[in-house]
Amino acid sequence: MVKVLIPSGALGLGYDRAALARGIAAKPDIIAIDGGSTDSGPHYLGTGTSKYSRNSTKAEWAELMEARAQAGVPLIIGTAGTCGADTAVDWLVEITREIAAERGESLKLAVLKSGQDIEALVHALGAGRITDLPAAPEISASVLRDCTNVVALAGAEQIQAALDTGADIVIAGRTTDTAILSALPLARGCHAGGVWHGAKIGECGALATTSPNSGTILIEFDETGFTMTPMGADARATPHTVSAHMLYENSDPYILYEPGGHLDVRGATYTALDDRTVRVEGSKWVVSDRYTVKLEGARQAGFQTVSLALVRDARYVEHINAWCADIVEKCAAKAQARVDGQFGIELRIIGQNATLGELDSQAVAGTELGVMGIVTAETEALSREVAKMLNPYLLHHPLTEQEEMPTFAFPFSPPEMPRGAIYEFCLNHVLELDDPMQAFRLSVEEIKP
Amino acid sequence: MTRLVDVAVKIRSKNAGPFWLTVDIFCGSAEVFDRVSAALKSDEVAKLFQMQTENLKRFDIADLYVVKFSLPRPQIQGVRADRDMHGASFANLLAELVV
Repeated sequence: MVKVLIPSGALGLGYDRAALARGIAAKPDIIAIDGGSTDSGPHYLGTGTSKYSRNSTKAEWAELMEARAQAGVPLIIGTAGTCGADTAVDWLVEITREIAAERGESLKLAVLKSGQDIEALVHALGAGRITDLPAAPEISASVLRDCTNVVALAGAEQIQAALDTGADIVIAGRTTDTAILSALPLARGCHAGGVWHGAKIGECGALATTSPNSGTILIEFDETGFTMTPMGADARATPHTVSAHMLYENSDPYILYEPGGHLDVRGATYTALDDRTVRVEGSKWVVSDRYTVKLEGARQAGFQTVSLALVRDARYVEHINAWCADIVEKCAAKAQARVDGQFGIELRIIGQNATLGELDSQAVAGTELGVMGIVTAETEALSREVAKMLNPYLLHHPLTEQEEMPTFAFPFSPPEMPRGAIYEFCLNHVLELDDPMQAFRLSVEEIKP
Repeated sequence: MTRLVDVAVKIRSKNAGPFWLTVDIFCGSAEVFDRVSAALKSDEVAKLFQMQTENLKRFDIADLYVVKFSLPRPQIQGVRADRDMHGASFANLLAELVV
C-alpha cells in the first residue's frame, strides 16, 4: 500500500493547518502538491513566471518543508511556478535554498526541467513526431520559433526518475496534474487503473469532498484500487463527490490521456466505507502504442494599453452602442493619419455584454456603464500613443454635433494603463519520444546549511 | 417559462485546457435529470455558442444526474478576443435557456 498526502490543490491556495497535521500523523509515503496549470492564462508561460506572490509561496512552501521533515518522506511539487517553465522552476529552487538556509537544513534536491529546445522541436515537426490534438491551431516551424517558452508535460516515468535519485524534495517543471501523485504508487506496483484514477481525483486536493477549502486529503493506493480520506475535520468524501470530480476541467468524463496511455473509468465502482471515506475499484489503464508527451507553448501577440471611462448620463447609456462605434471609427481614422504601425482599437461595454460579447442575447444596460478601451499594437510605445488619442474621445465625445461638449467619469489619472506584452497559447500538440527522459533534464543538488 | 437555472442544482463552465470549454449541468435528482436530458436539444445548445452541432460533445450521465457538454472554446483562452480567462461565465448562457 502507498499513502499519498495532498496538502491542497495548488501551492499558494492555502489549506487547513489542522488537516495537514492530521495527514502527517497518518504517516504518508510521500507529500505531493501541484504548482500550477494553464488555467490562469498565457501570460505566465509566455513570461516564465508565477502568478502567486513570492512571499505567499515561500510561506506555504516553508510549512510543507517543515511537514516533510517531520514525516521523513519525499516532498514533490509539479508544474512549479504556475507554468512549469525553466525560469519558474529556478524561482522555486531559489526560494527552497533560502528556506533551507533559514532552517539550517541539509537537503537533497532533485530538479526536473520540462522546457523544450525550439530547434529540436522544429526538427521533430519536420520528422512527423509532433501530432495535433482536437481543436489544435495550425503550427509551423515559424510558430514554434515565435514561442517564448515551450514546455512538455512530464508523466509518471520522469517523476519516478526524479524520485529514484533518493531526493528529499523534487521540484518539477511542467508535469501532468496526475503524474506527481501516480509516480510512487505505480513504481511500487499498485493497480495502474486505480492509481491514475485516484491521482485525477486527488489532483485538486479537497475539491472532490464536501469541504473544498479544507485542502488536505490522503489517498491510499493498493493492488486493486484506491481509498480517499479527507483530512479536514468536517470534510466528507462521498461516492458522488468523488465520481463527480471526473467531470472537472475534463472534456471527457470517462477518459483521461496521459503519457504512455489512457485511463478509462467507465467500469469504476464507488463505495462509501463510512460517511466520509470512499473506495474506488474497477478503473482501467490502457497502454498506448506510442509514448507521447503534450506540449504547451506561448508566444507574444503584441502590446496592450487599456483605458476605463464610466458613463452615467441616461441618454448616453441608452445610445451607448452608437457612441462607441462612432468613437472607434473616428479615433482609428485619426490614429492612422498620425502614427506608423499596426494597431487595433476595441471598446467593451461593461454592464451590457462585456463578458459574453455577441453570444449574449439577454444584455440589458443598467443606470451606468463602464467603457473599457483596449488598444493592441505591435509595440508598447504605439499602444500607449493610440490609447492617448482614444482618451479625449472617452472623456468628451458628443453623441451629436449639435450639443454642448459632455464630460464622462475617468476613475484614474492617467486613464490609460499599459499592460505590457500580451501572449497567446499556440500549441495543443503531442511530441513522440523514444525514451521518456529524452525531452526532460534531471539534476540533483545537495543543499548544505 | 422555465429556465434551466430554475430546475438544475448547479450549472458550471470551466476551461478544459486552453482550447476546450466544458459545461456541467447538475440536476440533483433522477426526475430533474430525465426532464432536462429530454428537453435539452443539442442543436439549441450549439446555437447558443454559434457553433456547429457536430463539434459539440454531449454526455448524459444518469449515475450523477449530470448533463455535460464539451466544445472547442469560442475563443482560445487568453487570445485578444477572449473575454473570460477561466471560461466560467459561459454557464450563464445555459442557465438562461428555456427548457
